[in-house]
Parts: sequence; structure tokens; C-alpha cells
Amino acid sequence: MTEATASLRAEVLGGFRRRRIFALSVPALLALYMAYVFVAFDVAGLAERARLDNARILISDFWSYKTHVSRDNRSGAVVVAIEGEAKGTYAPGSEPEWVRIAGDAATVDLGEGHVVVMDAAGLRFEVPGYGLIEARREGGGITLNLPSAEVPAWISASDTRVNITTEAGRASLTRNRAEVFRYQAGWELFFFSLDSPFHGRSLGELAALAVTGERIDPARANIAYMVSEFWTNRMWRHGDVVWAIFETMLMGFLGTMGAAIIALPLGFLAAANMNPVGPLRFALRRVFDFVRGVDGLIWTIILSRAFGPGPMTGAFAILITDAGSFGKTFSEALENLDEKQVEGVRSTGANTLLRARFGVIPQVTPVLLSQVLYYLESNTRSATVIGAIVGGGIGLLLTQAITTQKDWEEVAYYIILIVLMVMVMDTISGWLRRRLIRGG
Amino acid sequence: MADLLLTNGRAMREAYLADVRRKRMYGGILLVLFIALMASGFRLAEDRNAGGFLVGIGQILDFPAEVVAEGWAKRAEIPGLLVSFFPSLIETINIAAVSTIFGALAAIVLALLSTRGLARWPRLIPVFRRLMDAMRAVPEIVIALILIFILGGGPVPAMIAIAIHTAGALGKLFSEVAENADLKPVEGLQSVGATWLQRMWIGVVPQVAPNWLSYGLLRFEINIRASAILGFVGSGGIGHDLKLAMQWGQGKYDQVVAIFALLFITIVIVDQISGRARTRLVKGAS
Repeated sequence: MTEATASLRAEVLGGFRRRRIFALSVPALLALYMAYVFVAFDVAGLAERARLDNARILISDFWSYKTHVSRDNRSGAVVVAIEGEAKGTYAPGSEPEWVRIAGDAATVDLGEGHVVVMDAAGLRFEVPGYGLIEARREGGGITLNLPSAEVPAWISASDTRVNITTEAGRASLTRNRAEVFRYQAGWELFFFSLDSPFHGRSLGELAALAVTGERIDPARANIAYMVSEFWTNRMWRHGDVVWAIFETMLMGFLGTMGAAIIALPLGFLAAANMNPVGPLRFALRRVFDFVRGVDGLIWTIILSRAFGPGPMTGAFAILITDAGSFGKTFSEALENLDEKQVEGVRSTGANTLLRARFGVIPQVTPVLLSQVLYYLESNTRSATVIGAIVGGGIGLLLTQAITTQKDWEEVAYYIILIVLMVMVMDTISGWLRRRLIRGG
Repeated sequence: MADLLLTNGRAMREAYLADVRRKRMYGGILLVLFIALMASGFRLAEDRNAGGFLVGIGQILDFPAEVVAEGWAKRAEIPGLLVSFFPSLIETINIAAVSTIFGALAAIVLALLSTRGLARWPRLIPVFRRLMDAMRAVPEIVIALILIFILGGGPVPAMIAIAIHTAGALGKLFSEVAENADLKPVEGLQSVGATWLQRMWIGVVPQVAPNWLSYGLLRFEINIRASAILGFVGSGGIGHDLKLAMQWGQGKYDQVVAIFALLFITIVIVDQISGRARTRLVKGAS
């Protein structure tokens, strides 16, 4: 008796020990793998490669914009431009009130006592709590006069260039050019660009203009004019962006639905209970496997060689990849069918087509539709990436904006639109799925 | 009496037939609408495409033929190329594996925090759900490209981007599984004074682990494809090598053949293994 208990005890404890070893070995293996990846991905070197100043630029650009005030030191001309772009240049005489231009000298008030004066002599920057910084163009170079003996960290100076960075703004002087950058919150010119008659008006003024105001352009109503000014805004290109979003959704829709239409008959032919010809079934299944195995990336490359860039190419890339997945899942759904309903229809003397129509279709429709709608939502997201490869839709605009590495406010705008688009598709497909499956 | 029954029956029949007619009409209208939508959508997409459909369909085999022809001409070099691209392939698989592991770990936490009956802070369930929605909604490419700007090239940006998306996607699936978990062990553990962490670790995780693992494996398959694509658009792994070879164009098509082959074989093998493992996990455990 005691011997039996002892052996049982030993067995149980042995079991515990084995389990404990197993339970500990999984995390240990994971840790080992992570250590390997840490070395393989050179995570330690990441700290050196990481550009935190880039992160700072990016974050400040997301919610603010900068205005360049630049003086050409050879001609004496002063230009005020938002983001330094030609499209955002203020017409002479209409500069914002914080820039005063008198002859060839410009006074820029950066706020909180920071004032910069640019003229033929050079640049003078009044910094509260520090004093007047004077940078003069002399001979072939730049001379710097500071109130303190040593140069603070926020001023970088050489013989040919001076850079001053304060929290209110930035200024720089070279022999040929003096520039001041002022940062302000918001996305400037988001609604109307500078050349538009609606620029700089308050919401109330705009509403009044839209409803009752006198026609600015006699040919059309103010509200139509406003919409067209917004739509054709040259800085933000809302019209193009909306088109791009639409193109992306179109790619996802055409690709998913086209794949479903092609896969439906093929799914019937590949299901064991629908098609008695074994070799055909086998061949079809291998075709599905092949199409799925050749990744969407490869299909995209092959198709964009044939059709060129654009939304149709993207739609076909999605179509081909998903036709394989749909064919596989459709045939599996058909094989899991309840035969009783089909037999019931057969007992009324129905032929094959009628049996399929009344015995099979009503059973599988909810399963297939929910699958299709699920893919529709996920393909809207894939269409963004595929658009970046084939050159169409919002994916293209996004990669272009990111590769220029300066229009981060546009990147933020596109990201918000993409997320909204995906969420809208998610909601619509979820709603449809519930209606179709429950409502029948 | 019989008369009444007959008229009643006739009315019923009429009503039924009218119902069927109406249903058919709705179905027909929907079908016509759908076909019109598809046709006009396709026309629009073709209009905005650089090349037309009819021209393109004739050229569809040109590029594969070119690639295969060049690959065949240089077939002696292909085995060597397969070996030389193997490290990149490993990097792509590593990106997928690490991002699946990190994403799944985050998904476990998010799922448990957003499941009714299990959540640590039931009032915060909607917050965690919306967080997962947001993580799923941002396409990987957006996060990857921004991180490349900050962190520089290499595999890490792609890894983080895929991990974030994985956390959102798996979190939702994990939470659906956990909703169906039996709450009795949790209550039992609570009655003996177990903390939330202990209740989850001992009471819930063993119940749901097979299904979670199966979803995780499925995600790993998806992530291999995603990591190849991100390599092509951004940086890191075999996708990047493919982009370089494609940019070079003719003369490097033997490399393209090698990369296509490696990708195809990897995806098929991983699909097969994970498919088997998933069937065993889900069916064998129950």
C-alpha cells in the first residue's frame, strides 16, 4: 500500500517536473531567439542611426506650419512665403502684419519680444533675456557681434554663415541671403489659398457671404465659388486627394468583387460534393495554391509591367491574389454543406441546377458573403500599399509626400483620411454583414 | 365553411406570390445595380490607368517570359544566387516572426483588458477596443515609412509597423475567443483570493491557448507576405533586394527569378506547416 502510494507520488512529481521544464523552456527559447534577433537586426546600432531631430521636425510639422521671410541680399527684395513655396507666397503689399517692409529693409516681429531686422548691413536679432545679436556682412564673409563673450549652443556661426534658433523662430544669414522662419500652429491655407478672395475671412463672414452676400464673381453664386476654390486649393489639392481616396476604394471594391465572381464557379468545380471529376478538382486546387503562393507582391509587379501604373492594375493585383483565397474557402464552405436540404429539394424532382439554386445557394450565401465583406475591408487597406507599388490612389500620394521629407502636414492629412476611410469601410462591411446574415 | 377556407387559402397564396415577386424584384434591382457599379467602376479604373486593358492583356506574359528566358539562359548561376539571397530571406522571416511574437503578446494583454467578464477595469473596455481599432486601421506602410525617416533603414521599422498592426488584428480575434471561455475557473480562483494576473494566467490562458496559437500561426503567414511587401516599398529583407533587382531591369532578371522562387517556396512551405499545425491545435485539443 505505502509502496503504491510512493510510486504514485513519484510519478506525479515526475510529471510536474517535466511540465515545469517544458513551461520554462518555452520562454527560454523565446529569450534566446530574441537575443539572436537583437544582434541580427543590429538594435544596438539603432541608437546611433536614429535621427531624433527628424522626429522633432516631423512632430512639429504635423501640427504647425512655418512662414519664410527671406531677403535677397543682392537685389534687396523681400519675399514672404508659407513653407517657402511659390504657391504660398504673399503678394507684395499684402504681407501679414508681423512683417513690416520699408524699402529694402524688413522688420519681423516673432512675438514675445523677439524682433529681427534684415537690411543691407545684415541681420539684427533682439532676443529677450539675452540681448541684441548682430550679424553683419563684411567683405566676403559674416561677422557676428554677441552680447555675451562665448557663443551659446543655440547659435551656430562660421565665417560664411550664421544660424540662430530660438523658441520663437529661426534666423539665418549668408552673404547672399537672410532668412527668418516663424512657426505657427495649424494647417495654414487648408481651406483657401492666398490668391483666393475668401482667404483670411472668419467663419461668420464666410457664412454670411455664402447665404446673403453680394456675388464676388458675378458669373456664379458665392457658395459655388467657395466650393470650387476649396476643391482646387493649390497648396492642399483637396480635389486630387479625394480622387485618390476614391481610386483606392475602387481598387479594393473591384478587386474583391471581381475575385468573388471568378471564384464562385471555380469553388463549385473544386468541391468534392459538387464535382465528381477528381482530376479536375485536384488541378483546380493546385491552381488556387499556386495563385496564393505567388505572393500579391509578385502579381503586382508582373501586372504593373503589363498595364502600367494606375488603379486598374491595383484592382487586378488584388483580384488575382484573392481569387485563390476565395476559391479555397468557397470550396471548403461547399464541402461543409448540410446535405439534408439538398436531398429535400431533390425529393421534389428538381434537377441539378434547381438543387443548386434552392438547396445550396441559400445555405452558403451568408458564409460566402461574410467572407467577401471581410476581405473588402482588409483590401481597402492593402490597396493603399498596392497603390504605393503600382502608382495609384492615396498610397502614391502618401509615398510621394513622405519621400520629399518636408510636407509632413500633408502626410498627417493623408494618414487621417486613410484611417477614416478604413474605419468607414469597416463600419459599412460590419453593418452589411449583420444585415445579410441575420436579416436573410 | 369550405368556401371561407378556399378564399382564405387563395388570399394566402396571393400574398405569398406577391411576396416572392417583390423579393425577386429587389434581388433583380440589386443585381442590376451591382453589375452597373462593377462595369462603370472598371471603366473608370481603366480610364485612369496608364495602359489600357486590351493592350495590357496581350502583354501580360511578356515580362514573365523575359524573366524566365533570362533566368534560363543564366540557369547555372541560379543556385549560387539562391544561396546569396538566403540571408535576406531569413531577415524577412525574422521580421515576420518577431513582429508576430511582440504583436501577439500585446494582443493578449489588450484582449484580456477588453473582454467582458475578464477585464481588469470594465469601464475602460471601450477605450481598449477603440485602441485596437485604431491599431488595425493604420496601414503598416504608413508607420513603416515614418519610422524609416526617424530610425533610418533596416529591418526594425518594418518590424515595429507589422507588430502594431498585428496587435490590433490579433487582439480582436483573441478577445472573441476569450469571450467564449468558461468563467468557472476564474470564479474559483477569485474565491481563493487570486490576483487578476493569476486568474488570467491560470484560469483563462490554458483554455484559450490552442485557439490563440492557431490564430497566431495564421497571422505569421500573413506577416511574411507583409514583410516582403514592406521591404519592397521601404527597406529591409528580400523585398528590398527584389526592388533593387527590378530597378536594374534587364540583366538582373536571374536575380528576380531567384527571389521569386525563394519567396514562393517559403510561402508554400510555411502555409503547409502552419495549416497542419492549426488543424491539429483546433481539432486535436477539443
